[in-house]
Amino acid sequence: MILLSLVGVFFFGGLLAWVSEIMDARLPRWVAMLSILVSFSLVFRLIFMLDSSGGVLLGWVDEFKGPWIPSLGIDFFFAADGLTVLMLGLTILLGAVAIASAWDEIKERAGFFYFNLLWTLAGVVGVFTALDLFLFFFFWEVMLIPMYFIIAIWGHENRRYAATKFFIFTQVTGMMMLVSLLCMVYFHSLQFGSFSFNYNDLLRVDIPRSLDLWIMLGFFAAFATKLPSVPFHSWLPDAHSQAPTAGSVLLAGVLLKTGAYGLIRFTIPFFPEASEIFAPVAMFLAVVSILYCAKVALAQTDIKRLIAYTSVSHMGFVLLGIYAWNELGLQGAIMTMLAHGLSAAALFMLAGGLQHRIHTRDMREMSGFWIIAPKMAVVALFFSVAALGLPGLGNFVGEFLALLGAFSVNIPAAVLAAFGVIFASVYSLWVMQSVFQGPPLKQESKAPSHETLLDLDGRELFFYGVMMIGLLWMGLYPQTFLDFSSGVIEGLVTSDSAAALYAGEFLK
Amino acid sequence: MSGSDVIPMAISGSDLLALAPHLALSVTIVLVMLLIGIKRVYVVSSAVSMIGLGASALLAIVQLYQSISIEVSQQITPLFRVDSFSLFFVAIICCAALSLSLFAFCYFMRLNDDRDEYQLLLLLATLGGVTLATSVHFIGALIGLEMMSMALYGMLAYPVHSHENSGASLESAFKYLILSAVASATMLFGMGLLYAETGLLTVIGVGALVSDLSVLVGIGLLFIFAGMAFKLSLVPFHLWTPDVYEGGPMPASAFLATVGKVAVAAFMLRLIMHTNALSIPSVYFAIYSVAIVSVLLGNLLALRQLSLKRLLAYSSIAHMGYLLIAILSFSVRSDGSISSETGLAIAAVVFYLLAYVVMSVGAFGCASLVSSSEHESDSIADYTGLFWRSPWLALVLTSMLLSLAGIPLTGGFISKFLVFFAAVEASQWILLLVLVVGSGIGLYYYLRVIFQMLQSPSKLEHLELKGSNWETLGAVSMLLLVTVGTFILGVYPEPMLNLVEEVVLSL
Repeated sequence: MILLSLVGVFFFGGLLAWVSEIMDARLPRWVAMLSILVSFSLVFRLIFMLDSSGGVLLGWVDEFKGPWIPSLGIDFFFAADGLTVLMLGLTILLGAVAIASAWDEIKERAGFFYFNLLWTLAGVVGVFTALDLFLFFFFWEVMLIPMYFIIAIWGHENRRYAATKFFIFTQVTGMMMLVSLLCMVYFHSLQFGSFSFNYNDLLRVDIPRSLDLWIMLGFFAAFATKLPSVPFHSWLPDAHSQAPTAGSVLLAGVLLKTGAYGLIRFTIPFFPEASEIFAPVAMFLAVVSILYCAKVALAQTDIKRLIAYTSVSHMGFVLLGIYAWNELGLQGAIMTMLAHGLSAAALFMLAGGLQHRIHTRDMREMSGFWIIAPKMAVVALFFSVAALGLPGLGNFVGEFLALLGAFSVNIPAAVLAAFGVIFASVYSLWVMQSVFQGPPLKQESKAPSHETLLDLDGRELFFYGVMMIGLLWMGLYPQTFLDFSSGVIEGLVTSDSAAALYAGEFLK
Repeated sequence: MSGSDVIPMAISGSDLLALAPHLALSVTIVLVMLLIGIKRVYVVSSAVSMIGLGASALLAIVQLYQSISIEVSQQITPLFRVDSFSLFFVAIICCAALSLSLFAFCYFMRLNDDRDEYQLLLLLATLGGVTLATSVHFIGALIGLEMMSMALYGMLAYPVHSHENSGASLESAFKYLILSAVASATMLFGMGLLYAETGLLTVIGVGALVSDLSVLVGIGLLFIFAGMAFKLSLVPFHLWTPDVYEGGPMPASAFLATVGKVAVAAFMLRLIMHTNALSIPSVYFAIYSVAIVSVLLGNLLALRQLSLKRLLAYSSIAHMGYLLIAILSFSVRSDGSISSETGLAIAAVVFYLLAYVVMSVGAFGCASLVSSSEHESDSIADYTGLFWRSPWLALVLTSMLLSLAGIPLTGGFISKFLVFFAAVEASQWILLLVLVVGSGIGLYYYLRVIFQMLQSPSKLEHLELKGSNWETLGAVSMLLLVTVGTFILGVYPEPMLNLVEEVVLSL
């Protein structure tokens, strides 16, 4: 029931936040923060449930199953395992960060803003915990609508284009996934005599070889769009640069991870053979994402667009690690997801903070901020070096493991992808230099006077501090996080019998 | 009439009982006519027609549940058949007509002219629609279709005296009159060809002979299909749609878009099922290509529209195309029986029609609540900032548009989901591709309207509910009911899905 109440907390919290606006315009943000705290405690309980289910973190906990549309074999079916718990933790932490970054920025229609924010979180939690594929698809689509509203209402100058593009990209590829999903359900009904959208039932479906590559591609398109990977990535820079800070934080930190999660949980386990055939292509796309988007990032002048492109580049490592499909690669992918979630969220929050203070995102109008805002500069330096993969921080562990995993299956891809790390140092340091170092801008320039640039306040420092601790923890003692996912990954990558065992564990 | 299925022409008492919704409507029509003759009191004549529509809807629903539990299908003269399939559509039509009559009531409230006849025409058109949905005979279908169309001409031409579009309604009615007459003639010619070849006019009778087909049967069916495609505004018979929608008064366009289409679609569904028309290659190919171009062209043409009514008109073209995709996913076995996959496909069609009516009524209802006969809020720019001025109304319109776009939580999603499901089961890959592309294009223009509503309100003029509180009370509560209905269909569709599956069985 924890998972159901987790969705419920955000669902009703959102409604409450909206209604509370009537009483006081500052109330919604408190309601939102309160829902985050409640959900934190719920996730903690989930962690202890995982632990108590036997030393190894294996198998599903907190299952909830109830009929929804029985005539089509659709259930409310939630369950969590180690991977889910990691993702939920990230989601809720970044939810708190998003609320913190919106705290002062969103003044207009705050009630509706926090309603949308919490409903996005509800959708994401649903995506991470649903094990009925219809339910999964339902949440997958539902989380887009509040995000659309966030971009369309509180976004910047070009929001109509960005919001519409975001929505259409994800919806259209979502429909491709729907077609693929329905194909699987149809084959299930042919082979087992009944419709079922249950994850475990669909794992057993035997798909004809002539079709399975096509069906797999439907899933891949949807997840690669969300991830995003190169041919499907063009919505992301627009959405990121136009979204309000909280929207960017959620997009980069959480929504992108649903794509990777979908690949790990659904695409490859459903289509092992097709994925094996497809793996070189996917790894090629990953390498292109890493290198091409790192190169494009260098050409940006809009700081948010730049971070957006680096996101695509970093998510390339995730794709690379996933399609290596061995323990190292998957661990690397998951670590990168977590670490990138924190570092990208922090960078977007910094960029948003800059924009909020000086009303521009153009880096040509920024220079020498170190003198005026030293705390902000230090924080920015920390997260920049995290993003470039400095050993000792989480991103390094993730990317290193992903490369290691890829190296054992596809040496050229791994070698080429490793150049991405070099590019990352270039653009990260370049941003640091152009924004924080150099001479302070002259007063007569177009940029607003620097007196308006206030340094970070205590609230902001607190949230940056939390994210720093997270990244340090991941970098120095990654075992805590690896333990959560190792059981899941073992179940996924080992042979069929183990997979069956894994399923059997679940059936008990 | 062939010897095997002689049905007495006389009507017995039980037949009359089965026709109760029709009779209730007819009685109401006579009553309203008399009331108008005695004294014109707009409120009274409207109230009586609403009560009549409500009563027939209620009767139809009660009969529907009876007929499901005891599985009867009653043939009343060779013309009509009352079974759960037809009762389901009668119920939909009456409910839709009731809500449209509520919206029309507010819309015409301020009209400085004779307002009462609109409700009368609406009742007549509803009776026509109900007749069409219950008929299993070409003559019955023609009577119903013409009754509906005749009344619709009057509704579309209804004088509105608004300075901005004086004469537009007349133009729209004439356009519809002429083209609709041509369509009816086409259909009659098709029926004539079928009669010439088979000597029969009952749908089932013709169907039994289709298997030993001749060319004429195929051509006849094609002609009938063309006539229906006109009424359903499918490409290439769609040209009238945007102009007529735009020109007519909002409630009349709404009626045309909902009841006018559902009734025809119900008869078409019966025709296709009983005559096994899809097994004829030429008919199949015609429907196939019409479906593809309808979805693509309807969506593409809607992209740049500035008028909400035109936008909804083009989107309705696309929606009828989606409907055809579900119909094309029928796989009728060679012996004419329905395979289990087809059960799902028919259920998808029926469910789609239901959801389509609900969301169209909702969308048009919102638009007509902020319009009146003097001024229609038709331009999309009129809706700028609606979200912040009247959030509830905007929320309703947003959910209707999202439902039309097929976004989860709404009935539109489940219906589109079922269409997808049916098409996958029939392995209609090209149609699936068209469906994905079409829906993707569709998102753009629905989002455009939603985005407009989300913008900061302009200072120019305020869009607000027209009419005082008591006048709009009924319409507003109906709108809320429709919204709740859309969400129930989207979140908990199981009961309705079961009902639809039962209904399909009687076909």
